[in-house]
Amino acid sequence: MKALILLSSLGVIALLAEIFSFKKLLYPLVIIGLITTFIFNAFDWGTDRIYFNMMRYDDFAVAFSSVLIGVSFLWFIMADGFFKEESNMTDYFALVIFSLAGAVIMVSYSNMAMLFLGIEILSIPMYVLAGSKKDDVLSNEAGFKYLIMGAFASGFLLFGIALIYGATGSFDIVEIAQTVAAGAASSIFYAGLLLMLVGMAFKVSAAPFHFWAPDVYQGAPTPVTAYMATIVKTAAFAAFLRLFYTCFQGSAATWTSIVVVMAGLTMLAGNITAVLQTSAKRMLAYSSVAHAGYMLLGLVALNQYSQGSILMYTLAYSVGSITSFGVLGYVAKAKGGDAVDSFNGLAKTNPFLAFVMTVALLSLAGIPPTAGFFAKYYIFTAAFQAGHAWLVLVAILASLIGVYYYFRIIIAMYFKHSNHEVTIEVSANHKLLFVITVLLTIALGLMPDFVIGLL
Amino acid sequence: MERVRERLNMNAIQVIPVNWYLLLSAVLFTIGVLGVLFRRNAIIIFMSVELMLNAVNLLLVAFSTYLSDSAGQVFVFFIMAVAAAEVAVGLAILMSVYRNTMSTDINILSKLKG
Repeated sequence: MKALILLSSLGVIALLAEIFSFKKLLYPLVIIGLITTFIFNAFDWGTDRIYFNMMRYDDFAVAFSSVLIGVSFLWFIMADGFFKEESNMTDYFALVIFSLAGAVIMVSYSNMAMLFLGIEILSIPMYVLAGSKKDDVLSNEAGFKYLIMGAFASGFLLFGIALIYGATGSFDIVEIAQTVAAGAASSIFYAGLLLMLVGMAFKVSAAPFHFWAPDVYQGAPTPVTAYMATIVKTAAFAAFLRLFYTCFQGSAATWTSIVVVMAGLTMLAGNITAVLQTSAKRMLAYSSVAHAGYMLLGLVALNQYSQGSILMYTLAYSVGSITSFGVLGYVAKAKGGDAVDSFNGLAKTNPFLAFVMTVALLSLAGIPPTAGFFAKYYIFTAAFQAGHAWLVLVAILASLIGVYYYFRIIIAMYFKHSNHEVTIEVSANHKLLFVITVLLTIALGLMPDFVIGLL
Repeated sequence: MERVRERLNMNAIQVIPVNWYLLLSAVLFTIGVLGVLFRRNAIIIFMSVELMLNAVNLLLVAFSTYLSDSAGQVFVFFIMAVAAAEVAVGLAILMSVYRNTMSTDINILSKLKG
């Protein structure tokens, strides 16, 4: 709860900066605010308080809030260029921070109303940010598609919530679970469950509801894409897991087989389509769809390992994505395009960026000893122990396909030559950020128990 | 006579069986979904999304009355507020689309492919 209050105040301060003209101070203020929020959030560990039957700050909420705030701290360092370029930067700060507050609500709700509000508080600022390059038709298109798909998915989610309310008479996720356990589940309840599943699948971009994600990720400005791929995905998965773990665990027999098919389709569709891409940004977008598929394995497992393994996965994946989108931003700016070919010869002109990108891609591909390997290992183990051996086999095949397209970029950087070689100047902030993310990737790979053991 | 008095005491919404409300909102919701999927004009797509949300509102109010529980009606206020915010943002994005392309036909918005 402290995290939510602090973040909302930080958002209001960002809006006030325009009026009282302390715009220059805002960036350091936000960084300090995020560090403070992170520390105060950690104090909530182990308290497990319930606020008005609307929010519940258990260890799950605190752990995922910490990941969200920590990753957004890294994101703010990565995206500093996004804020300097624009004249109305205070609005952007406020939008990002308010959407982070929505993400914190999404990981700590205990009532359907808060789930809905959290999703909308997260999404509405993201619609604006995705379309924030007003003169660029591609950015307009991304914002428009994101809005229509987001509102469409919310419609399904809400219809599901309304049906479940009609069947059980409650919006509280624990009460609904108790009513269903007492044997009140009717066909209306199951219809509601399936509609909510469709709504959440849209939000996490799981196949066959993933078609909007690549377009939106490609059209949005690169820092916004990085935010959507990390914070939004983490929050959506935590909300998805919390809903199905707390509320729908009793009716697992109905939805498990659907989610199994969905997970298999998402992994295969994401990875196979990513192989066919020429634009590196769009390839990373499809890889983000594929990662949603791996994370669905943790949801399917629904045992004592699923929470810890999804926490580990979101952290490893977010750190890898922040780094790769950061490097992609530099390369795209220097070469004037985000094709895979623009990475050609990067190792010669800029060995530091090439090394950082390699570590991030190895982590995303799941090669030891990086964080991504253990994230995949734990999530596959969770699914295997829940008895989904076939799905794990599909997941392993899909990650082998994944290795192919991640290595396309690595090979382009180290073994191909570019016609016009440009030396890219990396700012000191970003050097520090990349060193931190590389260390974090390797440290998480060496000591995964530290994160897994939390939940 | 007794039955008429009973009916007058009953809540007006409860005169009609709840399944009829369920059917009506399911039909409205489906019309909204089909509108989003098949109409090509951006404004009409927004209207269809609103129709989906209003179908949900109707359903929530009906359930809330039948269950004699006010939580459903409070939820409707949240949905209306959020829908208003969403439309405000949506029309703003649509304005910038229109400035760049001079059209509200969504077939123009197909430049992102791969």
